Amino acid sequence: MNIHEYQAKELLVAQGIPVPMGEVATTAEQAGDIARRLGGAVVVKAQVHTGGRGKAGGVKLAKTPEEAREKAQAILGMQIKGLTVEKVLIAPAADIASEAYVGVIMDRASKAPVFMVSAAGGIDIEEVAATNPDAIRKLVVDPRYGLLPHQAYLLATELYQEPKQQRAAAKILQQLYAAFVAAGASLAEINPLITTPEGEVRAIDAKFNIDDNELFRLPAIEALRDPSSEEPAEVDAREAGLTFIKLDGNVGCVVNGAGLAMATMDLVKYYGGEPANFLDIGGSSNPEKVVNALRIITSDPQVKVILFNIFGGITRTDDVANGIVTATRQSPIDVPIVIRLTGTNEEIAVKILSEAGFSAMTDMDEAVKRAVELATGEGK
Amino acid sequence: MSILIDKSTRLVVQGITGRDGSFHTRQMMEYGTSVVAGVTPGKGGQTFEGRVPIYNTVEKAVKEGGANTSVIYVPPAFAADAIMEAADAGVQLIVCITEGIPVLDMARARPYVLEKGARLLGANCPGLLSAGKSKVGIIPGHITEPGPVGLVSKSGTLTYEVVFKLKAAGIGTTTCVGIGGDPINGTSFIDCLAAFEADPETKAIVMLGEIGGTDEQEAAAYVKANLSKKVVGFIAGQTAPPGRRMGHAGAIISGSAGTAEEKIQAFRDNGIGVAQRPLDVVGLIREVL
Repeated sequence: MNIHEYQAKELLVAQGIPVPMGEVATTAEQAGDIARRLGGAVVVKAQVHTGGRGKAGGVKLAKTPEEAREKAQAILGMQIKGLTVEKVLIAPAADIASEAYVGVIMDRASKAPVFMVSAAGGIDIEEVAATNPDAIRKLVVDPRYGLLPHQAYLLATELYQEPKQQRAAAKILQQLYAAFVAAGASLAEINPLITTPEGEVRAIDAKFNIDDNELFRLPAIEALRDPSSEEPAEVDAREAGLTFIKLDGNVGCVVNGAGLAMATMDLVKYYGGEPANFLDIGGSSNPEKVVNALRIITSDPQVKVILFNIFGGITRTDDVANGIVTATRQSPIDVPIVIRLTGTNEEIAVKILSEAGFSAMTDMDEAVKRAVELATGEGK
Repeated sequence: MSILIDKSTRLVVQGITGRDGSFHTRQMMEYGTSVVAGVTPGKGGQTFEGRVPIYNTVEKAVKEGGANTSVIYVPPAFAADAIMEAADAGVQLIVCITEGIPVLDMARARPYVLEKGARLLGANCPGLLSAGKSKVGIIPGHITEPGPVGLVSKSGTLTYEVVFKLKAAGIGTTTCVGIGGDPINGTSFIDCLAAFEADPETKAIVMLGEIGGTDEQEAAAYVKANLSKKVVGFIAGQTAPPGRRMGHAGAIISGSAGTAEEKIQAFRDNGIGVAQRPLDVVGLIREVL
């Protein structure tokens, strides 16, 4: 799950990290009022779940409240990488003497959290990692002990020469690790971490990605979710306990298991079609899940055919068959359905389907070919 | 022969009285797996199906039931602790089926298990099956029969698809291992490749990977450097968009890293035959057997 910058900053503040916060506005008038309250120059920042906001024109400096209102007017409603800006953060503009990068990610290769710090801040860390890896200092954390004080200090000495700044940065790094753990994050970064002309260390921008598997035990983090920034069908699917990702094609796919779901999409493409979605109904299926899956897929007007590919293991194919029959009785579906199922309770499933007027196939390739023919109009 | 499990496997089921745990315990027993104990805290002293003793702790299941392998079907909130409990009790092979365990929990449990000298398979995996001998986890027993192919995979149902197609072509397996789709897991492709290389009955190997991370690329380099046996591979997710988690927590293309193309190229560069479709695994395996 992604969260907004202002939410990420709140997570940092909760651990005691010095962050010039500002306030969030949803209208230009609010933005002007906030700028007036803050006094002095402000930065108007688009709150969308993507990087590269600055390059896209979603981050602007405003010297007066009137200017803040105008900039907010321009940024609100703007499209950044396909996402509409619904909120702007009005933050006090900081005087910056130096910029650094600090972040912690859950690293698959190290199988542990890894800190990355660089004195070259305010930058795209992935770009620096690719072009100038020596400019980044990495440190693997043992998650059973957390970031140890001497490790935090060691990283801080990579960033600053002044003892006072080193101590301040070491404290911030430990607080950042605490925020990473408390939020169940897979990534937590401060970019840039600045020094002011007076020598104070401050966090100016923050980004967190949350491990979805943590959300069941972190209701306060789950509450940060912004459904308006997600595809409505994906929100609907998540609430129904399904993993759904919308794609651009016209072959709707309902599959059990993530690997088989991906392989099914690939096979649609192989036979000349385009998948409309990724959809995994999960292991322990029940008919209700299938009903929801059909509702979500048919809400996409592009879908020309629905393809079921079920290899019953834990998933009982009769549950899937019952779901198909129930769903089509509740509301008739006006696109053809191609059903492939095999495995657990296959005979019962085939009987349920044939009594309701559906036929089922047992071979995956044959079913995918048939679905692609129907989608492209060649099968009619 | 086979790898990791066989007729000497003595299994304890953690979470034996739950919905999934009880269903799959019956399936494993039907297949012939020696299930010697179950664990459900608070239900110690009862029996499962009138013949498998239930204990409160894994320690008791090992000491009194003689278990040497465990399989875990407990909810995500308790799974990492269940893994570490099994390691503390001296279990040698710990198979965790549970899906949805927080990654940070796995990052803590993994080194804990390694330091106790045990092996963890998973989490978020279908377990493993040594054809005709033993199955631990959720892989359906009827989909394969004894034969010369070793299979290692990140996915459950994709594994079933491929071994079922092999069976239809008259080709059976030694052991099928699902290592799971989480970003941090206990057993890697390389661990399984090494075990298959050492197993005299395994004549050829199937490796089923997917987008995300670098496990497949590292495994491909390992194959070239260390294996005498032929390997056939398939990568799922050629049509997956970048930046989206495709069901499995680990199946995500980050930026331009972890794509199917990159992994397929790594397979080709290291002498691994690449199947375009799951069905093509059958033809490629025939060629190398």
